[in-house]
Amino acid sequence: MLRRTLYITLSIAALVAAMSFIAPSQAKLVITFNSYVGNQLLKLDSATYKNELGQPYTVSKLRYYVGNLSLITNEGTSFHSDEYFLVDETNDSSKQVTLRNVPPGNYTTISFIIGVDSLQNCSGAQSGALDPANAMFWTWNSGYIFIKMEGASPLSKSPGHLLEFHVGGYKAPYNCIRTVKLSLKNSLQIANGNAALNIKTDLSQLFKAQHVIDFSKISSVTDFHNSTTIADNYAQMFSILQ
Amino acid sequence: MNRKYFYITAFCLGCILLSAFITGDDYFTITAADVKLEVPKGFPQPVYDFKNNTPTPAGFTLGRKLFYDPILSKDSSISCGFCHQRIAAFAHIDHRISHGINGQFGLRNVPPLQNLIWQTAFMWDGGINNLEVQPLAPMNNHVEMAETTANVVQKLQHNKEYVAMFKAAFGDTVVTSQKMLRAIAQFTGLMISCNSRYDKFMRGEDTLSANEKRGLQLFRDNCAQCHKEPLFTDNTYRNIGLTYDTAFKDSGRVRITGDMKDFMKFKVPSLRNVEMTYPYMHDGRFSTLKQVLDHYTQSFVGVPGVDPRVVNGLHLTLQDKQDVIAFLKTLTDKDFLYDHRFVDPGMRRN
Repeated sequence: MLRRTLYITLSIAALVAAMSFIAPSQAKLVITFNSYVGNQLLKLDSATYKNELGQPYTVSKLRYYVGNLSLITNEGTSFHSDEYFLVDETNDSSKQVTLRNVPPGNYTTISFIIGVDSLQNCSGAQSGALDPANAMFWTWNSGYIFIKMEGASPLSKSPGHLLEFHVGGYKAPYNCIRTVKLSLKNSLQIANGNAALNIKTDLSQLFKAQHVIDFSKISSVTDFHNSTTIADNYAQMFSILQ
Repeated sequence: MNRKYFYITAFCLGCILLSAFITGDDYFTITAADVKLEVPKGFPQPVYDFKNNTPTPAGFTLGRKLFYDPILSKDSSISCGFCHQRIAAFAHIDHRISHGINGQFGLRNVPPLQNLIWQTAFMWDGGINNLEVQPLAPMNNHVEMAETTANVVQKLQHNKEYVAMFKAAFGDTVVTSQKMLRAIAQFTGLMISCNSRYDKFMRGEDTLSANEKRGLQLFRDNCAQCHKEPLFTDNTYRNIGLTYDTAFKDSGRVRITGDMKDFMKFKVPSLRNVEMTYPYMHDGRFSTLKQVLDHYTQSFVGVPGVDPRVVNGLHLTLQDKQDVIAFLKTLTDKDFLYDHRFVDPGMRRN
């Protein structure tokens, strides 16, 4: 009887060992997007910020698409996710992006796009994060709005001094899809279980990273006019938060 | 003996009446055969192939209900079928510019809906890139239906009849924009016109008169490069010398591409059922086919951007024009215009 129990236990142990050998356990990575303006945490509506030219502004809305997330190790192996995420400043859970089934590894780089790739832009009615009911879709010129930033500045010449930056477009020469590639200084070690990564979204960069935006000249972007200027800026809006 | 005949006659009349009631119901019933896609002989493979959206009787019936239901508009006043009238091949007969809520006017002439699955893009400017997302444009346009996609989904979710129809069509009771749009695409995608006298002539099933045949030849020599058979469009955008209307300020495809080369370019429309889709052009500026042909026989030499195929003006005599028009009228497809599948189910007597 004892011997039989031993045999059964041993064979189960062997089976478990074999299974874990065949399919190494995988982890869940939670990436949190933390919104800042410079070094201050972003506060919607209540706080007033200043752009590079000293022009005051407030922020009432910030939403953007993150997609094609990839993790790359020094050896070049990579993990890729096809999922799209809509990060919305008013919804804390949307700022936490979860990647499942990430294989263990020492990841040194993370990359993702801000926007939605051309295939998804042309594939008809989508669901989930890409549901056009999320109001991140241009209905008169089909395509996703990649980022929406709204607010106000006394310098803005738009009605109500509004700031309205709705940027998207997947077709040349107004392609606004931008790839963000960030090095992970203390490489991200993913073993079994859960791992976390914090990314800083610095909204002040939207108006200065490559092109300084003067709100008295550009207060609204809602089609291809000036769209790539803003896209070049948001390409540099992200960094790893230590 | 006379009484016997009376009874027999009365019985027969009763049967006819009864069968009329029964067929009345059948008239609106969509069967599996009704939603089977058959690519007409001589047509290319469709662009929209229903790959992720196989039409079903329940899906098509839901799409038909949505198409004719003003619930899609902000104040429940405007449905798709309000502007897209079946008898005009789903154009707005005798209306220059589309109408919207509160008596507002849109910017352009309502295009017919037919053979949509062969179109590479939609709208006069080609701004819409997939049949499924097309209905979002009028739905969200401030002067058309003036709704939001999210709000329409909410309204449908709160309507018991719709919830049951979504379940029948897609297997569950959760209404999403994707399901709504796919149902509408099942309905509009099957609007196929391929049975005009021209089509029957091409298949050897009908004849054309001498004038109609002469018109066909003139059409092939002068028009068919852009209005390419059998769809009567090559899905391109062209500037045909129409003057820029300073009231409408409609610059055409440049609004979509941002490329000044596309200034005043509009989509080459199909000419199927063109007899029924008047008035003509993106802004309905011409009310007759004769006016359209008169436009094309002008010279546009010196006008920047005009398509080389028409810049010198077509050479057509009055008789030529009459024959071309006679031919164009052979493109009227009564089987399509009176197809019971596309009739507003609200017409059913309750």
